[in-house]
Parts: sequence; structure tokens; C-alpha cells
Amino acid sequence: MVLLEIKSISYRVKEKEIFSGLSLSVEPGEVHAILGKNGTGKSTLAYLVMGCEGYIPTTGEILFDGKAINHLLLHERAKLGITMAWQEPVRFEGISVREYLTLKNKEIDPSKYLEMAGLYPGLYLNRMMDNTLSGGERKRIELASVVALDPRLVILDEPDSGIDMLSIRDILNVITVFKENGASVILITHREEIAIIADKASEICNGKIICSGAPVKVTQYYKTRKCEVCAGEECTFV
Amino acid sequence: MSELDELLKSFGEAGGDQSILANTAFAHLAASGHKILSRRAVKGIELDTVESDKGISATVRLLKGTRLLNPVHLCFGVLHRSGIQEINMRVNFEKDSQASFIAHCIFPKAEKVKHIMDAVIHIGENATMRYSEIHYHGIYGGIEVYPKARIIIGKNGRYFTDFLLINGLVGKLMIDYGVEVGENGVAELIARVFGHATDNILIKDKVALNGVNSKGLIKTRVAIENNAQAQVIGVTEGNARGARGHVDCMEIVKDNAIAKAIPLVKVSNSLAKVTHEAAIGSVDKKQLDTLMAHGLAPEEAVDVIVRGILK
Ligand SMILES: Nc1ncnc2c1ncn2[C@@H]1O[C@H](COP(=O)(O)OP(=O)(O)OP(=O)(O)O)[C@@H](O)[C@H]1O
Ligand SMILES: [Mg+2]
Repeated sequence: MVLLEIKSISYRVKEKEIFSGLSLSVEPGEVHAILGKNGTGKSTLAYLVMGCEGYIPTTGEILFDGKAINHLLLHERAKLGITMAWQEPVRFEGISVREYLTLKNKEIDPSKYLEMAGLYPGLYLNRMMDNTLSGGERKRIELASVVALDPRLVILDEPDSGIDMLSIRDILNVITVFKENGASVILITHREEIAIIADKASEICNGKIICSGAPVKVTQYYKTRKCEVCAGEECTFV
Repeated sequence: MSELDELLKSFGEAGGDQSILANTAFAHLAASGHKILSRRAVKGIELDTVESDKGISATVRLLKGTRLLNPVHLCFGVLHRSGIQEINMRVNFEKDSQASFIAHCIFPKAEKVKHIMDAVIHIGENATMRYSEIHYHGIYGGIEVYPKARIIIGKNGRYFTDFLLINGLVGKLMIDYGVEVGENGVAELIARVFGHATDNILIKDKVALNGVNSKGLIKTRVAIENNAQAQVIGVTEGNARGARGHVDCMEIVKDNAIAKAIPLVKVSNSLAKVTHEAAIGSVDKKQLDTLMAHGLAPEEAVDVIVRGILK
């Protein structure tokens, strides 16, 4: 059984072909790490799955639960249980952390989720979601908020960026919570210690998945590969 | 029902705390149209009022060194469908005094109502005034509001104002505030307005930083929808050494509404610094996407963002 199936999608912005026939599938409850150099299209892939405006594959299909979703709008996909935490989460004026965490579901206990993301609720619940939060604090709140949504599929775009080295276990903790809840996770990351806790990993290069399999194997491949500026030669390897 | 009861009823319906006027620990002044309905002074504050054929005049004096713990409530309104109310206020905060004022302006049935506020406020040395003005307009949009104030801030004086009009139709709103800030003084002017239908909004704030090391902030948050129009003019002058001013204007526009922002910055002393930022546009797309990814419908998401900005 497959929860998310990306079938040979292509996508281009202006003159740049970002994906040319990329395929990927994620099973229910699977944590799938995505690796790739800067600018290979990891965030773009996240937007395509989430359905951000303007992100519709030129060819190919995205299936969720066996149904094509590539023409559904973002909020319609969210209704199906898809959500994401942005690489650089946006700030909000006049919305407190408490309100933010309970936007959708007023019944939940926001403290529980802040704690999961390593934040002390007493210090944060009444803070504003504006630029008085540090980058790392904002990222943690975003993680807490997506856990609170109890999604079926969550895309975490570099959840570890901006998080101090000693707190990586908070991120691992959040990923474990998703797993326990039976959610599938697409985990975009540059860090090996995060990637290896995934069930599976894939590397994007030159518009395609060039290597897929056990995280240990894929991270190893990613590190030892000679290709620095991929011109497609090395990366035809699958 | 007496006129005061009726004013209080509208006040309560708009979310106000009706018991405030009965509380002897709070100074207040309540006027409906041209009539003064109720007033109370507390220790340290002198309140003189006169009724005229168009409205009322009030002179408020906060005596030297007085620090009021409870805010002074001003309750002004026109309860009829048509009418005019002109309020003349002369306010003097003497040296070292400190108090907050909350003005509730209530026009629940306005179809053809004009409310004019003309205030001259002196903030003495080391004195601090906080002034919030909250408007409750009805759903008919037949109201014109002209809040005009001239504020003179003395050495180390501080003046904070917050104008809020987010309930009901705005009608026509023409704010005109001018502040002169003395040495080490602080002026902070915030206005938050939500316009709909054919509302017409003009917010003109001027801060002249005349004193050494004086500081000024003009912050405006406006959301407009349907065919409403808004124009925000923020003028800051840096006229003395160490003066620091900032103008921060954000307008969110929906439907056919039209917004303009004119931040005007003038610096006449090379050791003064004034900055400005203005953002006009529809709701931020990334904010919208984020809230929708959190399960909100598009309209709900817009509402959360707009309410947040006006908060
Ligand atoms: N609107 C656009 N116009 C032109 N190029 C774009 C646009 N959007 C994205 N790109 C380019 O597409 C490529 C993929 O961007 P994307 O943000 O998906 O990369 P990424 O893999 O997430 O990188 P990083 O590791 O730095 O986060 C980049 O080269 C980027 O410059
Ligand atoms: Mg990225």
C-alpha cells in the first residue's frame, strides 16, 4: 500500500527545468528522508506535494491514497491530512503562540506540543508569533503546530536548520511522535544524523531521484559521490 | 430609560464594562450629543465641563505629581440616527503626573452623524499620558468622525495613543494628529482601522522631533475591503540632535478597495535619524499558505491574518 505516489513529474520555473520525470512513493507510517545539494529542488518538491499556488507539475501525477491530487488546492489537500513545516516559517503579527497552536482545534492542549518540540510552555504560550521570536524558536513552534494537526502526511523541510547542535534530539523526538501516530513523514535534511533515523532515503539530483533505499546506504552514496557540479553524467546512476 | 442608561446599554453591547461609571475609584466623563450625563473626578484630577449648542468643552488638569492607578474613562456618543457632537478638550498633565485615558466613542444608529474632537494636550516635564480611543460604529455607515489633536510634549514627557476602529462601518474618518516632542520626550501614535463598503479613511499623523534625543513612532494598521478607500500620511521631522523617528504603515487590501500610503520624512539636523516602512498589498501569500496548511479555509485564513494585524 502506498500513501503518496509521485509519478514521473516534471516542473520548470522560467528557463530552469527543476524536475524531469521524478518519481517517489511513501508508504503509510514511513519516514522518508530526501537528500540533495542546495538548489536541487527539495523545497520545490515540498510545494508541489502541498499544492502551493503555481506549483502544478507540467507532466506526471501526484496521487494521495490512490487519488490524483495535483489539481487540488492547498487547503483541499490539507483537508485530506497533508501538511508541511516550511524551511523558513513565516511570522505573524498579533497572533500568540497559544492561538497559533489552537487555530484549527481549540480543544487541544498546546503545552503538550510545545514540550515535544523542546520549548517550555510557560515561556512561550503568550509570546507573539512575530519577529521577536528567534529563528530556532519559530522553527520549533512550527514543528509543535504540525504535530498538533495530527496529519496523515507531513513534509518537514529542513526541520533541523537553525536548531542548535545539542537540540537535535528534540527534532528526532518530534519525528518519533509522528511515527507513533502512524503519520508518514517526508523529511528534507542535510544532516546525516537526522537522515539515518528514516525508514528510507532518496537523493535528488538533476531533476530526478538518483538513489533510493536504506538511509545508511543513501547517505553514504551522497557523501562519497564525486559529482560536485552535477551535469547529469554521474547522476544517471540509479 | 434615561439617556445615560441608553448610552451605557450601547456601551455594554459594544463589549464595554458598564459598572465602570458606578465605580468611585474611576474618574469618568460621559456625554451624549450636547449633554453631559455623568462625571466624576478623583483625587489629583480636575475636570471642568461646559455644554454648548453643538457639543461640550472639557478642561482636564492632572495635578503635579499625581499618578492615577485607574484609567479615566471618557464615554462619548450620539444615540440618535442623526446629530452633531463637537468635543473640545484641553488637557494638561502637570510635571511628574501620570495617567491613562480610555475614550469610548459610541454611535450605534448613526445614519447622519458628525463627531468632531478637537483636543489640545500638554504633557509636562516627566509626565506620561496613555490615551486609547475605541470606536463602536453601527452598521449604517452614516457617520463622519474628525479626531483632531495637537499634543505638546515637554522634557522627558511621554505620550502614547492608540486609536481603534474595527467594529461596524467606519463611514468617513479623518484623523489629524500633530505632536511636538521636546527633549528626551517620547511619542507613540498607533491607529488600527478596518474599513468596508464605501468607507473613506484618512489618517494623518505628524510627529515633530524638536527636542534633543526625542523619539517618535507612528504605526498604522489598516485593512480595507469592498469599495473602501484609505489614505495614510505619516510625517516625521527630525529637528534635533539624537532624535529618532520611525514610521511603520501596513495596509491590507481586499476586493476593490484602494489604499495609499505617504510616509514623509524630513530631517533638519544631521544627527537625527528617521526611518520609514510602508507595505500595501493583499494578504501575504506565505502567511495564507501556512494557515491553510494548518487546515483553515481560505476565508478563515484571511480573517485570522487581518484580525492579527488589527490587534
Ligand atoms: N521562481 C523561481 N524563479 C527562478 N528560479 C527558481 C524559482 N524558484 C526556485 N528556483 C530555483 O529552483 C531551484 C530549486 O529550488 P529549491 O528551493 O527547491 O531548492 P532546495 O533543494 O530546497 O535548496 P536548499 O537546500 O538550498 O533549500 C533553485 O536553483 C532555485 O534557485
Ligand atoms: Mg529548500
